[in-house]
Amino acid sequence: MSADTERLFQRARLNHLGKRLLTERLSSYWLTAAGYLAIALFAAITLLLFYRSLPILSEYSLAAMLTSANWDPAQNSFGFLPAIVGTIYVTLLSMVMGIPIAIGAAVYIAEYAEGRIKTILASFIDVLAAIPSVIFGLVALIVVVPFIGTYVAPLFGAGTAGVGIFTVSLVMAIVVTPFMISLSVESLESLPDELRETSLGVGATKFETIRSVLLRAAGPGIFSAILLGFGRVFGATIVPALLIGGQTQLPDSLFSTGQTLPTLIVNDFGELMSLPLTQSALIFVGLMLVVVVWLFNFGAMLFRRRLQRRWQYS
Amino acid sequence: MNRYTKQRLFGIAVRAAALLVVSVMLLVVSVTLARGGRVLLADPAIVATPPGSRYMLEGNGGFLHAVLGSLFIVGPATILSMVLAVSTATYLQSDYSSQRFSESVNMFLNVLWGTPPIVYGVFVLTIIIALGAQTSLFFGIIAIAIFQYPIMTRYTDEALRAAPDTVRESTYGLGATRFESACMTVRAAAPGVIAGLIMGFARGIGDAATVLFTTGRSTRMPGGLFDAATTLPVLIFDQAMSFNPEVRSHAYAASFVLTVVVLGLIFISKILAGRYARYTPGG
Repeated sequence: MSADTERLFQRARLNHLGKRLLTERLSSYWLTAAGYLAIALFAAITLLLFYRSLPILSEYSLAAMLTSANWDPAQNSFGFLPAIVGTIYVTLLSMVMGIPIAIGAAVYIAEYAEGRIKTILASFIDVLAAIPSVIFGLVALIVVVPFIGTYVAPLFGAGTAGVGIFTVSLVMAIVVTPFMISLSVESLESLPDELRETSLGVGATKFETIRSVLLRAAGPGIFSAILLGFGRVFGATIVPALLIGGQTQLPDSLFSTGQTLPTLIVNDFGELMSLPLTQSALIFVGLMLVVVVWLFNFGAMLFRRRLQRRWQYS
Repeated sequence: MNRYTKQRLFGIAVRAAALLVVSVMLLVVSVTLARGGRVLLADPAIVATPPGSRYMLEGNGGFLHAVLGSLFIVGPATILSMVLAVSTATYLQSDYSSQRFSESVNMFLNVLWGTPPIVYGVFVLTIIIALGAQTSLFFGIIAIAIFQYPIMTRYTDEALRAAPDTVRESTYGLGATRFESACMTVRAAAPGVIAGLIMGFARGIGDAATVLFTTGRSTRMPGGLFDAATTLPVLIFDQAMSFNPEVRSHAYAASFVLTVVVLGLIFISKILAGRYARYTPGG
């Protein structure tokens, strides 16, 4: 082999290495940018929404808007109280209805069901967690609304056509339950078998094992599942918009129609986009949603860390 | 109460809870399929017919515009979001970032995952207002991509974490660069990544709140990237509020299509995950 060809080969090898290193360098820039994307998105959403809500915040005092019950954008009165109360009702009610059922079903799937039933049930629940909530809303329109209007509401002495806060809460509980179940099952199943064996070995019944050992050990995971369910109910848009009745007033009973923060945006965006102050008010609603969800998440992270320390088992 | 009685009662209670959940879910799915199926069987052409000029009022024509709108919005959004998600997850997993940084980014991702979709919708809308642009297909893609990004990053991140360390060690041992090593890790984690892709698509195609304000809820066929469009969930929402029973019945047909698509996608993701499992070392 002549020296010439040898040099040619060497250059080709160097070239190849150079290309690989260049790819490495360029890709590292791209990946770094992608790594910071989540933080950038977070900052961009907060800042932009805050900036666009400044007009309404400078016009009216925050405390006045949050405590006024009068919402009439055409008259320039922006009271968020009815929507806030509606959101709190819906979130609390559907959590109260959903959490016990979700935990019960998760315990059944993780600890009681066996073999084929377990596989089928678990994948069935997973699939259902992915069904779009607009479909639940649509089905609720022909099943839940008449049911509540004719049977449930008269039981409590409330006259209603069937749409309202209670209906929304019930349907949202149905929407988020599969979601909470599938995450809770995951954290129950990831527990080591020694926990079960040890507890049963010292004479605890299955119920005592589940209550005092397994639910605590899986506690942080179940807590996250509940929190995620909470976030979904809190920010739910389509189901409330279909079923809540869309009347901006303080609800006088659980069966009355009302408004949640997201439906406020949906109902008023179309016609009132042209009024700058209304637009700013509705963007401020978006900001409120963001701030509450994010406060809850960060608070929950701290709380979860505490739970983990308190209920640790190894 | 005797502790054994308690145990028996608890067993009954959890069985009842599971039974309740399953029966409610079966009810929802069967009502959708039965009502939608009846409408579709009577006139299967509505899926493939463009809407008439007064579709939302009279229900003439079909809802091809929403089917196409869904595909044209969620398809590109999923690809865009996938590229970003894989990049982010790679950055967080391999030797690019410190443990502390990736923990804090994960915290932000969790928070973004919990953020209501309507917030993304409002966010993109404020961008549209700031740019002085019109609501269009393009902004729908952006909104859905932002919505899918945390979901898909989380799935990809989990998949990459589950990939065996031997992949990284052996690629480095063979003299690979960080990027080449990361590519091999992604490939080893392919089943999880694909599952994340499909879950992201399924979530994206089912979401209405993000596109409600960003695509323009049009009732015509989508004409271009910067033309107004609509998607199936938004269409179902609009149809369900209609006073015309004909239009309302189309809502069930549309939700039949949507349910079948979502269920089919998840089914496919399970099969694909099984097939790609051969790329996993030792699988």
